[in-house]
Amino acid sequence: MDITDFRLIFMEIIIKPKNKWWQLDLKEIWQFRDLFYFFTWRDLKVKYKQTAVGVAWAIFQPFITMVIFSIFFGRLAKMPSDGIPYPIFVYTGLLFWLLFSSGLASVSGVFIANEKIVTKIYFPRIILPISSIITNVVDFFIASVVLIGMMIYYQYTPSLVGLLLVVPLVLMSVFSVLGIGLFFGALNVKYRDVRFVLPFFIQILMFVTPVIYPVSIAPEKYKWLLGINPMSGIIDTARAGLLGTGNIDWTLLGVSAISMCIYCIIGFFYFKKVERYFADVI
Amino acid sequence: MSVPIIEVKNLGKKYKIGESQSYLALRDKFAHPIRSFFNSQKNDDFWALSDVNFSVERGDTLGIIGKNGVGKSTLLKILSQITPPTTGMVTLRGRVGSLLEVGTGFHPELTGRENIYLNGAILGMRKKEIKDKMDEIIEFSGVEKFIDTPVKRYSSGMYVRLAFAVAAHLEPDILIVDEVLAVGDVEFQKKCLGKMQDITKKDGRTVFFVSHNIEAIKSLCKKSILLDGGKVIKYGLTEDVANYYLADNEKKLDNAEYYPVELNNNVKDTKVNLLSARVLNKEGLVCSRFGSTNDIIVSIEYEIKEDIIGFLVDFYISNEQNVVVFVSSDNDRNQFTGKKRTAGKYNSICKIPGNLLNVGKYSITVGGRIPNIKQYFVVRDVLMIHIQSNGGPTSVESRESIIYPDLEWQTKLIN
Repeated sequence: MDITDFRLIFMEIIIKPKNKWWQLDLKEIWQFRDLFYFFTWRDLKVKYKQTAVGVAWAIFQPFITMVIFSIFFGRLAKMPSDGIPYPIFVYTGLLFWLLFSSGLASVSGVFIANEKIVTKIYFPRIILPISSIITNVVDFFIASVVLIGMMIYYQYTPSLVGLLLVVPLVLMSVFSVLGIGLFFGALNVKYRDVRFVLPFFIQILMFVTPVIYPVSIAPEKYKWLLGINPMSGIIDTARAGLLGTGNIDWTLLGVSAISMCIYCIIGFFYFKKVERYFADVI
Repeated sequence: MSVPIIEVKNLGKKYKIGESQSYLALRDKFAHPIRSFFNSQKNDDFWALSDVNFSVERGDTLGIIGKNGVGKSTLLKILSQITPPTTGMVTLRGRVGSLLEVGTGFHPELTGRENIYLNGAILGMRKKEIKDKMDEIIEFSGVEKFIDTPVKRYSSGMYVRLAFAVAAHLEPDILIVDEVLAVGDVEFQKKCLGKMQDITKKDGRTVFFVSHNIEAIKSLCKKSILLDGGKVIKYGLTEDVANYYLADNEKKLDNAEYYPVELNNNVKDTKVNLLSARVLNKEGLVCSRFGSTNDIIVSIEYEIKEDIIGFLVDFYISNEQNVVVFVSSDNDRNQFTGKKRTAGKYNSICKIPGNLLNVGKYSITVGGRIPNIKQYFVVRDVLMIHIQSNGGPTSVESRESIIYPDLEWQTKLIN
């Protein structure tokens, strides 16, 4: 037995009918970190390569939506906004909402979109959804330039807690997307009608998320229930922290964090359970 | 004694029939809960692989031989970890690189160089590794001039060359190669085979190679496995396995029915597909042995997918010396010239009268085409018939003629 034999035994891979599906093989993901990098790089490159306006596209969508919403919901429907100018109020909400909704759309379609790769080569499948959401996070930060501009224009200074909370809030959004997206993404591989249901689901979800209205319109007693939707706590905290709409509602944020964890666990477990069979059913 | 690099024990893979073909719609599950409950009772299982056992030593090159649909691809998919087995276990010792397709993950919008990075990473190469080999890969591909052009502008030849150049520079301990050599021009194929031979010889890498091309397997692999019906039929030196396979094929040619196995997707896309070709006796039963006085019926079933003008099916019969005895088509009475045939499944039946062919063995080649325009399918020598004398002229004496027809004679005493 020579040295090579020892090295090869060390690298042993065992393929069995059932893997421990509750395990996330971090060592393996680490081995494939370059692939993660290249998938993200591909998504970003392709996204901005062919569009005429390029990166400006990431600003365009939330900006136009904000203008339309400000006219219809702010000006005409006189939606309450906790005393904050409606444009900046709705833009803060939209920023996080679009991270969630476009992230959810891309994560839940990612296995189908990469069908050819999934059926021809092995790699930890979890790399695909994680790398696909990075694009949405990049979009988020590009679009937040507009928010900074608006904060200067309307003269709002974020609180220190608010600033410190930005990254955790983005991470919470990302994990909410991953949890829900992994579930739908894995379901989508087997049942293709998920892609018809999902846009509808996302649309409905926007109206039960405090994007165009403040959390304060809900009765105080039942407010925490909004936290079942993790985006409620995230958006409410972002407004309180960045625009000072009031104190941060830690209960709501806590409930949101708990529901985020639950979605993550459900999504991840379902994904792990079916991921090995993707190539058979896709 | 060294440890085997690949160990396969009792490997089996079961598919539910239909499972791999089409995806499900959730609404079907909701709409027919009762039906799907009953259906689940009688789901047909299909074992694509069963009880497969073998092990491979480090540095061996192993060929997998077998027809379409015998489980070759399933075996490769399990070894590549794309799909899990239903039973058994595989132990792989070392870094695995699998090439089930060239150019997996190529993105048309990205340039050649960018795709080298992407494809390399998908195949399991590290970023640094790709960077180091970049120049070598570009040179090997021979598309230097266009390396910074998006690959969507490449010709298919350039695309394949670039894709293969990346794959050829993969240096895993175990390399799993599917029929990727079936693409590209002959010169380039040779170059790739050469590169692969270098790889295996230099560092004692293990190569697992699947191909229809027996010659390619012979030149690359020391040992081979013959698969049939999801089982290992023979495992040994390539020479022996290949001979066994060829001899076995000969035997199977004594066959009176033929159903094409689904090949690649690009073949399925044609407007006309052959469904079956069979030789039947008068009673309509599949038969390969005929008495010389009996009628022989050739039945060809095919599917026309779109309306088509001027299409015909034909066949020819050749004898053991490979002489074509005759050709016949379903348009011999000019029924279809310039005529439209609507889409649908068709069956064309031809009766070859008894007392026409001499005794002996014949093979039949079946084709479908629009004359002078397009050949949709042709399957050479797929059917075999064996004619023995059972009365008629052939029973009088044997003759060295190609046909032995029963012709009419009138003999009169005239004086």
